[in-house]
Amino acid sequence: MTRASLFAQDKRTRARNATEKRFRAYGLTAIVLALLALLWLLISIFGNGLPAFKQTFLTFPVTLEESVLDKSGTRDPAVMAKATTITYGKVLTKALEAEATAKGIDLSALKKKGLANLISEESPATLRNMVLADPSLIGQTIRFTALAGGRVDGYYKGRVTLETAALDKNTSPEQLAVADKLKEAGVLTISLNSGFVTMPDASDKRPEAAGLGIAIIGSLYMMAVVLVLALPIGVAASVYLEEFAPKNRFTDLIEVNIANLAAVPSIVYGILGLAIFINMVGLPTSAPIVGGLVLTLMTLPRIIIPTRAALKAVPPSIRDAALGIGASRLQTVTHHVLPLAMPGILTGTIIGLAQALGETAPLLLIGMVAFVRDFPGAPPSGLFDPAAALPVQIYNWTTRGDPGFVERASGAIIVLLIFLIAMNAVAIYLRRKFERRW
Amino acid sequence: MSLMKLIPSTLAILAASTVVASARDQLQIAGSSTVLPYATIVAEAFGENGEFKTPVVEGGGSGAGRKKLCEGVGEDTIDIANSSSRIKQSDIDTCAANGVNEIMEVRIGYDGVVFASDINGPDFVLTPADLYGALGAEVVKDGAIVANTAKTWADVNPSLPAQDLLVFIPGSKHGTREVFDTKVMEEGCKATGAYDAFVAASTGADDAAKAKEATDKCFTERKDGASVEIDGDYTETLSRIAANANAVGVFGLSFYENNTDKLKVATMNGIMPSVETISKGEYPVSRPLYFYVKKAHIGVIPGLKEYISFFVSDDMAGPDGKLAEYGLVPDPELAATQAAVEAETPMGPLN
Repeated sequence: MTRASLFAQDKRTRARNATEKRFRAYGLTAIVLALLALLWLLISIFGNGLPAFKQTFLTFPVTLEESVLDKSGTRDPAVMAKATTITYGKVLTKALEAEATAKGIDLSALKKKGLANLISEESPATLRNMVLADPSLIGQTIRFTALAGGRVDGYYKGRVTLETAALDKNTSPEQLAVADKLKEAGVLTISLNSGFVTMPDASDKRPEAAGLGIAIIGSLYMMAVVLVLALPIGVAASVYLEEFAPKNRFTDLIEVNIANLAAVPSIVYGILGLAIFINMVGLPTSAPIVGGLVLTLMTLPRIIIPTRAALKAVPPSIRDAALGIGASRLQTVTHHVLPLAMPGILTGTIIGLAQALGETAPLLLIGMVAFVRDFPGAPPSGLFDPAAALPVQIYNWTTRGDPGFVERASGAIIVLLIFLIAMNAVAIYLRRKFERRW
Repeated sequence: MSLMKLIPSTLAILAASTVVASARDQLQIAGSSTVLPYATIVAEAFGENGEFKTPVVEGGGSGAGRKKLCEGVGEDTIDIANSSSRIKQSDIDTCAANGVNEIMEVRIGYDGVVFASDINGPDFVLTPADLYGALGAEVVKDGAIVANTAKTWADVNPSLPAQDLLVFIPGSKHGTREVFDTKVMEEGCKATGAYDAFVAASTGADDAAKAKEATDKCFTERKDGASVEIDGDYTETLSRIAANANAVGVFGLSFYENNTDKLKVATMNGIMPSVETISKGEYPVSRPLYFYVKKAHIGVIPGLKEYISFFVSDDMAGPDGKLAEYGLVPDPELAATQAAVEAETPMGPLN
């Protein structure tokens, strides 16, 4: 047997060290792979989605002639409503033609509707609402900012090129050439698209006008319902189970069930919601209240579990001390245990809410995947109006035919990610700030 | 509070909240995802021009829409079901059992089903017989029924490109699949003589049973990877084609027309699919699109009559209307539909 040396490693030590090195390499590879996957995801989402936050606009003077828009001359919005968006569309096209001619742009190469297609179909409706809200505009010449059509918008975002335009029946290279000249003349501008987060959804013909306004409100309403119902119920259930409930088979059974419910696929809650809330109770479909109730059911176990863990983490000495100086069980809980467990409870609640915010499957079943154009009213009655939700809107847009919706869907993913990151950041902040160690 | 007490308390909150729910002033529409884009275009224009709110339009599929329509009469049921296939007797029976007696059938136009491949790929000049020869599970070769072993399009028909066979067909839950089966597979099956061979080889008791067995065989696509069922939407088919340039996919005409820069469409029997050729009946693979209106809701839910009149108006469903721009093939008999809508004529028994 050779003598062991402090300086030369023997075979077994070398083997053990090599194993450790390999293990570290595996771990590092795993992390690098995960980071690469994340990076790839983010690049594809941001590459596709960032253009949604910019939009192409056309700004030009529009003369609102009385002979066209208010033939009666009464300035009565009810009578003026007879002029439909088709009439207003013609007014806009004529005004753009006049502006282009004034700037010396040759329009002769454009096909039929080539000029009209430059302007989004949404803009006549915007102008009409403006005029109906303020009939005194009739007879004036106003500077109007119209959304550019989807294909022109896509051209400035690199989605449409002159080659694809030649094959595309919805645009033409001539149209894009006119757009370029309008851009030089300062009529066509590209600026920040605030409409993306404020405007409602739009039909398949107007991807450029589609926004997340209703989806964001719908999601906020649902989160409010979840917060109002799930937080008190969840905390009450956890406190009872943790501090008051006797340990017997019945409470064990409840405990197992809560753990099971947390793992139930979310679509199951959707089926339950459809059966109970819509078919039995008769609540309206597509309404945030139903979405909120379904998500509450789904979030409850996910709030109860971390809340119980937070309560368990409060040391028994605190309870003993409080009881020892004569506090009742309830006082012990409300004065000492709950405040100390609060950071953990809040963190769990926020993470539960974030999961609920990104949940799609149960909402598909209760009609949240509908096309909704009218904003829901203020709560509480607005909770019963039809609305959309962020993740469902993303799903909805990915199924649309117009390629412009791919960009919108990715943009919506970015908005959803921002909400999720903000919520998780608040959760981490709360944990760091208030966490106590014993 | 234990979990057992949660359920009654949640229900109590619900019961209290239903009282707040007010009368519905918005139309509710559900059904076919093929009709969905047209319905949203009309709903949007209806909402921005009229005094009524924009209707809420949901997808979900033709069958699901009709089922919802037949759930009963009242504010908590939908008003209109969009459908890419005709209503079935079983739906009408369900409706009648739930008190929905009068249904108006409105045909809004036609939808073309097209075959398209990657824009940079070769041209395809197809016939139903080619597609059956490419996709049928069993084909007739030298008078005998054999399993389909064609590997490339050229194996099926020497005039087609020597490109690997791969066709994305709609999954069986899609209404488009029914059109594909009856207008392409069945036609092709008969044209290649496979149908007659199947009838001859059938062991059915009588002629009807034999014909049914043969038709079922005609509808059976091969399962060895040459035909792939897509359960998702056309966007999924499109991205699959983008990933695999050798593939041919089945699309709706309007979807193709919005993606002409990425897709090249195949002719069928030498006819190029377009709004014109389909409305003249030259292009064979098309189907009518419908919506079904619950007549009991007219006059109860505000805007229902106005919406359906608006839908079939010339500005929308007409040959120069907004829907034709998006790819709907206008109905030559639109005037009759408009008259029927004005008169609120309920549909008669199915023939």
